[in-house]
Amino acid sequence: MAERSFAREVEDLRLGDGDTFRGEGILAITKALLQSGVAYVGGYQGSPISHLMDVLADAKDVLDDLGVVFQSSANEAAAAAMLSASVMYPLRGAVAWKSTVGTNVASDALANLASGGVTGGTMIIVGEDYGEGSSIMQERTHAFAMKSQIWLLDPRPDHECIVNLIEKGFELSEFSNTPVMLEVRVRACHMHGSFACKDNVKPKHTIKDALNNPRRDVNRIVLPPAAYEHEQEKIKTRMPAAVGFVRDNKLNEWMGPKQGKVGIIMQGGMYNNVIRALQYLGLSDAYGNTQVPLYVMNVTYPVIDTEVAEFCLDKEAVLIVEEGQPEYLEQAINTVLRRRDIQARVHGKDVLPMGGDYTAQVLLGGVREFLEKTEPRLLGNRPPAPDAAPVLNHPAIEKLKQVVPARPPGLCTGCPERPIFAAMKLVEEELGQHHVSADIGCHLFSILPPFNIGATTMGFGLGPASTSAFNVKADKRSIAVMGDGGFWHNGLTSGIGNAVFNKHDGVFVIVDNFYTSATGGQDILSSRAVNKRRDTNNSIVKAVKGIGGQWVRQLDRTYDVGKMRDTLKEALTTKDEGPKVIVASSECMLNKQRRVKPLMTKAIKDGIRTVKERFGVDEDVCTGDHACIRLSGCPSLSVKQLDDPLRDDPVAAIDNSCVGCGNCGEVAEAAVLCPSFYRADVIHNPTGWDKFKSRVAMAVIGWLQRRRDRRRPALEALA
Amino acid sequence: MRDETVRLALPAAGEATERPISLAIVAMGGQGGGVLTDWIVQLAENHGWVAQSTSVPGVAQRTGATIYYIEAMPPLDGRKPILSLMPTPGDVDVVMAAEFMEAGRSILRGLVTPDRTTLIASNHRSLAIGEKIAPGNGIADGSAVTGAIGIAAKTEIIFDLNALAIAHGSVISAAMFGALAAASVLPFSRDSYLNVIRAGGKGAKASIETFEAAFDQVKTGAAEIAAPAQAKQAVASPATPDPDLAGLIARLNQELPEPVLAMARAGLKKVVDFQDVAYGTEYLDILRTLHAADRSAGGGARAYAFTEAAAKYLANAMTYDDVIRVADLKTRAGRRARIESELEMSEGQVLQTTEFMHPRMEEVMGMLPASFSRWLGAQPRLRGWLDRRVNRGRRVRTYSLPWFLALYVVGGMRGLRRRSLRHAIETAHRDGWLKAATEAVATNYQLGVEILQCRRLVKGYSDTHSRGLSKFDRTLAAIKLVERRDDAADWARRLREAALKDSAGKELDGVIQTIKTFA
Repeated sequence: MAERSFAREVEDLRLGDGDTFRGEGILAITKALLQSGVAYVGGYQGSPISHLMDVLADAKDVLDDLGVVFQSSANEAAAAAMLSASVMYPLRGAVAWKSTVGTNVASDALANLASGGVTGGTMIIVGEDYGEGSSIMQERTHAFAMKSQIWLLDPRPDHECIVNLIEKGFELSEFSNTPVMLEVRVRACHMHGSFACKDNVKPKHTIKDALNNPRRDVNRIVLPPAAYEHEQEKIKTRMPAAVGFVRDNKLNEWMGPKQGKVGIIMQGGMYNNVIRALQYLGLSDAYGNTQVPLYVMNVTYPVIDTEVAEFCLDKEAVLIVEEGQPEYLEQAINTVLRRRDIQARVHGKDVLPMGGDYTAQVLLGGVREFLEKTEPRLLGNRPPAPDAAPVLNHPAIEKLKQVVPARPPGLCTGCPERPIFAAMKLVEEELGQHHVSADIGCHLFSILPPFNIGATTMGFGLGPASTSAFNVKADKRSIAVMGDGGFWHNGLTSGIGNAVFNKHDGVFVIVDNFYTSATGGQDILSSRAVNKRRDTNNSIVKAVKGIGGQWVRQLDRTYDVGKMRDTLKEALTTKDEGPKVIVASSECMLNKQRRVKPLMTKAIKDGIRTVKERFGVDEDVCTGDHACIRLSGCPSLSVKQLDDPLRDDPVAAIDNSCVGCGNCGEVAEAAVLCPSFYRADVIHNPTGWDKFKSRVAMAVIGWLQRRRDRRRPALEALA
Repeated sequence: MRDETVRLALPAAGEATERPISLAIVAMGGQGGGVLTDWIVQLAENHGWVAQSTSVPGVAQRTGATIYYIEAMPPLDGRKPILSLMPTPGDVDVVMAAEFMEAGRSILRGLVTPDRTTLIASNHRSLAIGEKIAPGNGIADGSAVTGAIGIAAKTEIIFDLNALAIAHGSVISAAMFGALAAASVLPFSRDSYLNVIRAGGKGAKASIETFEAAFDQVKTGAAEIAAPAQAKQAVASPATPDPDLAGLIARLNQELPEPVLAMARAGLKKVVDFQDVAYGTEYLDILRTLHAADRSAGGGARAYAFTEAAAKYLANAMTYDDVIRVADLKTRAGRRARIESELEMSEGQVLQTTEFMHPRMEEVMGMLPASFSRWLGAQPRLRGWLDRRVNRGRRVRTYSLPWFLALYVVGGMRGLRRRSLRHAIETAHRDGWLKAATEAVATNYQLGVEILQCRRLVKGYSDTHSRGLSKFDRTLAAIKLVERRDDAADWARRLREAALKDSAGKELDGVIQTIKTFA
């Protein structure tokens, strides 16, 4: 069960001729795949393409009607290898992942696929996680496309254009026997827009047809001498075919006036922001009616030499708008112009920044500088462009910079990973700091305050492998953290298997929260939910033991901070040799609440006895030292200023969003912090026995309280 | 080149003025920014406009700061406008901030500018982790945001949208939608906003009520937000006012100067509540001595700041957190009433609470008579044996009779307190601290005050308490090094503030190192 239900969006996948789709970009892409007659789809979730995987997972009926096979791949390499179905058979297939991280993982399969070439159209949807809001290293997928010779589509951020390019992309793939990548940036994926739908297309050739009629051709397999042939084929056959197709089908677009002294060449994805920048300069209206000739490369690889030459031929200068580095397009275009001795000067990264988002503001500066250098008359009387600098330079705003606190992402309220790191903190206090390798997933938030745990992160599922050098006898052992998602993605072999084989003495903590939570709560092999279409409930512990792990501890309630701490201590100090593997399991609270909350509300409504738990702080017991928060960071655990002249510091306070996970109390107890925390159990629809017990106890308690209150001095006189 | 072109006075090449309406929603993950975004898009589309929204789900949505961006514009002769995917600083019509510091952040991003931006912001705070983990008070200063808004925003609509939403049983997105409607930036009627919510179905009733309340709040400024219900005070009224206490109050009013009366009354109340009237007498006795020192140091010219600080921190020092106090507080009637009101419990529900206690032998020994306790401390084996029996986490069901009785008995052991080891330790520590302060105030008035205020460093239980004490001791030792300097008070303040910055005391050590370089 994913974090979000896409039951409503699934209905959009059924739209046909005459309907208008309105919604998120990534869902428009999903619909476009069905309109293109794909026979199979796979991929691995991750922002910004998770919703593609989620909506297809919820769309069983639609896919069954069309005869489309959908797989949640084990990782991106598995997804890329899936495309081999299109090598020999005229099957259209698509896979999706987060890039460049997913493309890194998939590279081996992609390179093999691209070498032998494809018969059926294959499309790789890459969510280009670049720029603000990205969670990964800043790189370009462009490099992968060039090195393996996979065509790269970079459509304008417009649903109509994206959908059209997907349909054309499959044709291009088939026409040139080459896989195609569609690059969509984060914001384009989550962009709301609309397009006119077409009917979905059933695949002409199905997977079943292929299975029943197997084919093979040794020339398609990457092995000498075929591999050498492939390279020649790429150069002599496939590339010219692709260039011809792109040109003939006008996949790249020419906008604005035919003639001009200067022009702008851009990646399709940059179009909207370029138009906005031109608008600020008075060179375009809001509808894209531009005064400057534009060449929009919806296909960024291959570069269509003849089109570039034609565009530049009568120009004195061109500006290349290409986000990210290195500047592959600028280099390619320079080569085109030099070879043909076309004299247009090429500007690009000289007036635009080498790295980072090309926002409208950044482009405004770059385009203005370009025009000032080449054709200042175009700038006319220079209408005032938006400029926040006067405000930002104001002393009061300068002062604000010191005030506004950073707000890094963190673990959710009630997250089961919090007590694991609280326990690690407690162990650190006792046994000193250790080398900790972190991994990719929610647990990576451990590197931020308040935990500040984790030295490196080397990639998904590679936390354990990144401690592999620390395999010597020393006073301390290395600790590696990995999530269940990373474990099944590759960590079982690269991490645990590697440690077993090399007799690594370190500690390996596997954080098992029943889903790939960071990507939106998708099911995996060890998910505890029953999923009719997938085989879940496969034990991580069994897998670890199966691969040779001897010292394995399973904790079924991570919130038991004391036990977690003791287990970690044991793992760090035991004389047993080989990897010490701790599997810490509790359900992702975000998903649990989504599952449990409606059930609880219904139970209370139906008059069934229900106990609701919540934590609280006795404000007169709390001394305001905030040690509890330094071991928690829970969003529901905050501080508040008391209305008491004797108190300087705010006290801890728990708000209504508390889900009663128990971490606060467990930490206070295990760390011997303070007795301020209490758990309040409210029994809804109590039984007669509940009420009776409470009434009797409270009668006695009330009597005792009144007795003591009578003996207290009456302090009202001092109030 | 630029000057030349300006002189040419060429007209702008095209119409640059016609731009879409742009709205940025700055929020934290999980605040419903996505719902609000969808509503605004729907609203614009219902009027035949082209609307585009973008957001960045992913890690930022896990409680981090995030931004949603919307542009909308009518089509022209069937042509769709080309809309941008990110806000441009200086070119945003409406910024909606779902939290006050996020409003500040939007200003720092340049999204709020005086020529065009209407800022709709909730002035409630959701504290960032950095504000919460400081051992002292790390809460950011909201007035800096208020000041910045006055400079940056063209129009401002600032109130507690969150409280309003909660009061109407909904979430902040509905309140913000109402405020947006009332702001009249978009040329759409109030009804068309409501239609969008109605079409949503689920939860529409509460959303509409919240929308309307927010709308009215902006339009009239009159509709006050319902304050959260005050905790019921269920304290049993005493039979008669205590004559001994009345005597103390009279003494307090007579012996202390006007500026410190309020603080001294609060202090006296806390001390008597902690122990008894006799303890209150001790408090006033000490305070009288300190006040005499204050007077002879010329405190009259300084509104008796020394006495006031003494009234405050002496009360805190005398009411140290021991097992008896905790047990007493946990068993009071008012405590249960407060929890019930916080949980908004209704008739027919049953409450039970569980305390998470981890007593150690240290706490037990602190309660025992001083001489016996010291003897026990000298018997490591017996002490260790006892500790193994005591020292473990205990889940205490407060309102079950056996546990309540146990707490009640402990809470009633005040009679033992003044003979206990803990009391002896606390008193000795207190005396040393007051002596240092009294000595200082005679020669450097402000330094005396600063030393009193260092008491703030001592807080918490068990290890946290020891760490606090150690910081206190280090701070006082460092003050000793500079006490003869004119700027000693400055250094004392700097030391104290550094000690409150982090728990390990790294900042404090830094300041001490600095002092050692010249002292």
